[in-house]
Amino acid sequence: MGAETFYSVIRRQGITRRSFHKFCSLTATSLGLGPLAATRIANALEAKPRTPVIWMHGLECTCCSESFIRSAHPLVKDAVLSMISLDYDDTIMAAAGHQAEAILEETRAKYKGQYILAVEGNPPLNEGGMFCIDGGKPFVEKLKMMAEDAMAIIAWGACASWGCVQAAKPNPTQATPIDKVITNKPIIKVPGCPPIAEVMTGVVTFITTFGKLPELDRQGRPKMFYSQRIHDKCYRRPHFDAGQFVEEWDDEAARKGYCLYKMGCKGPTTYNACSTVRWNGGVSFPIQSGHGCIGCSEDGFWDKGSFYDRLTNIKQFGIERNADEVGMVAAGTVGAAVAAHAAVTAVKRLATKRDDTKQDH
Amino acid sequence: MMDAVARPTEAEPNLSAIAADAAGEHAVGRPTVYVYEAPVRICHWVNAFAILILMVTGYLIGTPLPTVSGEASANFVMGYIRFAHFAAGQVLAVFFLARILWAFVGNHHSRQIFYIPVHRKQFWKEVLHEIRWYAFLEREPKMYVGHNPLAQTAMFTGFTVFVAFMIVTGFALYSEGTGIDSWQHKLFGWVFAIWPNSQDVHTWHHLGMWALVMFVMVHVYAAIREDIMSRQSIISSMISGERQFRE
Repeated sequence: MGAETFYSVIRRQGITRRSFHKFCSLTATSLGLGPLAATRIANALEAKPRTPVIWMHGLECTCCSESFIRSAHPLVKDAVLSMISLDYDDTIMAAAGHQAEAILEETRAKYKGQYILAVEGNPPLNEGGMFCIDGGKPFVEKLKMMAEDAMAIIAWGACASWGCVQAAKPNPTQATPIDKVITNKPIIKVPGCPPIAEVMTGVVTFITTFGKLPELDRQGRPKMFYSQRIHDKCYRRPHFDAGQFVEEWDDEAARKGYCLYKMGCKGPTTYNACSTVRWNGGVSFPIQSGHGCIGCSEDGFWDKGSFYDRLTNIKQFGIERNADEVGMVAAGTVGAAVAAHAAVTAVKRLATKRDDTKQDH
Repeated sequence: MMDAVARPTEAEPNLSAIAADAAGEHAVGRPTVYVYEAPVRICHWVNAFAILILMVTGYLIGTPLPTVSGEASANFVMGYIRFAHFAAGQVLAVFFLARILWAFVGNHHSRQIFYIPVHRKQFWKEVLHEIRWYAFLEREPKMYVGHNPLAQTAMFTGFTVFVAFMIVTGFALYSEGTGIDSWQHKLFGWVFAIWPNSQDVHTWHHLGMWALVMFVMVHVYAAIREDIMSRQSIISSMISGERQFRE
């Protein structure tokens, strides 16, 4: 099954060698690689066996899969049917029950250390992991078992990367991101809720083509898609620099498409490719549609206060207050204390002087 | 190490040399000591000015001014505010660094704000004395050539530690704009290992600003108050470098 090369598969599908090379050039260009890369991709796809991929689902909403199947460049059909050998994905595979579970064991034995484990969602650890039972076993056990012999792990989405909504406070099931459970394998985080389809297929293409993970940043995200903020490449950025902001959802500035900074847009703190790659085949992205970024690819984005506040609320102060409100109250208190201290000093000084004068007489 | 002297003996002036006029009225002789060397004073005022700019512009970055009208290409309000913030931040960083270097070169007063002699019992005794003085429980203040022990504690925590925190988080946030390959990210990117979501770094940077606001309030008040109450020059010392003791 996985022994075929990408090239032999597409040749069998009736695709000409000429079209194959066109595809290689296009892929090299879309990944931003140099002029020699097209040849290297062609070589790799002709010579290397297709990489087996096991796609597992923990606590999640399947939005990653929904996004993935909408990829336009490359088409997900190409990614799933030609480039990789998607041996197991319990959501979209035809097999079910024991038949499906048998594939896991088979892949583990046959492609030890060669397959990619793609994880959508995360394992809940509370109560022995019983909040997510998959194939009769807690998901965390299945995850650990399959991770053991994997070449690398892809953590799809905010769930697998950071924890997402199920890990938001108070996190009753103790949902835990993949890198906190599996610590001895290379893990690539592809955060987002969901991640952009082209980012997902782009990552898969890179790994299958070069047989290694792309360059990652400090937090384990592929640099090619996550090294810049939404804000850095936002088409509304000139309005930000000019000081032109939407103040209300229905004001003139909103109609003119000014910057959504004051409406709590999280673009300035969110690392993702939305403002360049965009969504739905490059049609739009949240800011272009008039709504601020909610920062869905960032750690704990559910716990950072309202999506519509510029400054984050600090819940430790009982009532919801942001840093500036807390600071102003504290500074006001110190100011009052200083004033009171000055007043007492003045009174004391006068009193002391009177005493001194009395003693002199 | 510390200047816990009730009266600076090294600077006791020769009283007989003090001139008297025809009416027999003596000029008042006041012992002075050279405390703050020129680099310390320059750093003080440059940093003070930079911090003031940083506070105003920093607040305006978090809470921007009302929207300006016209084409985006004709305005650069936020751009200028951010530029002022980044420029002042780098000036502060450079002069803070210079101040640290001077602590190695300068006199022992220049080292005072960089440490607290936690192991010295006498130090804590005098801190207590200063607290009692500020709580109106002591009638007479002690005089110090440099910072009094309480002031030293406040300078170390309120200024040195907080400013260092602001410089580190500030450069980390700045590296978000300069990019993942910049020296700022290489040097300060580890901040995002502590707070992976930079929204949190922003929040801490804001809180740090307010901590410094409080420090400045207490610092200015204490300087004015001690100038009057402790019979020693404080404010003018940071200009001339000399501390004068009055009777």
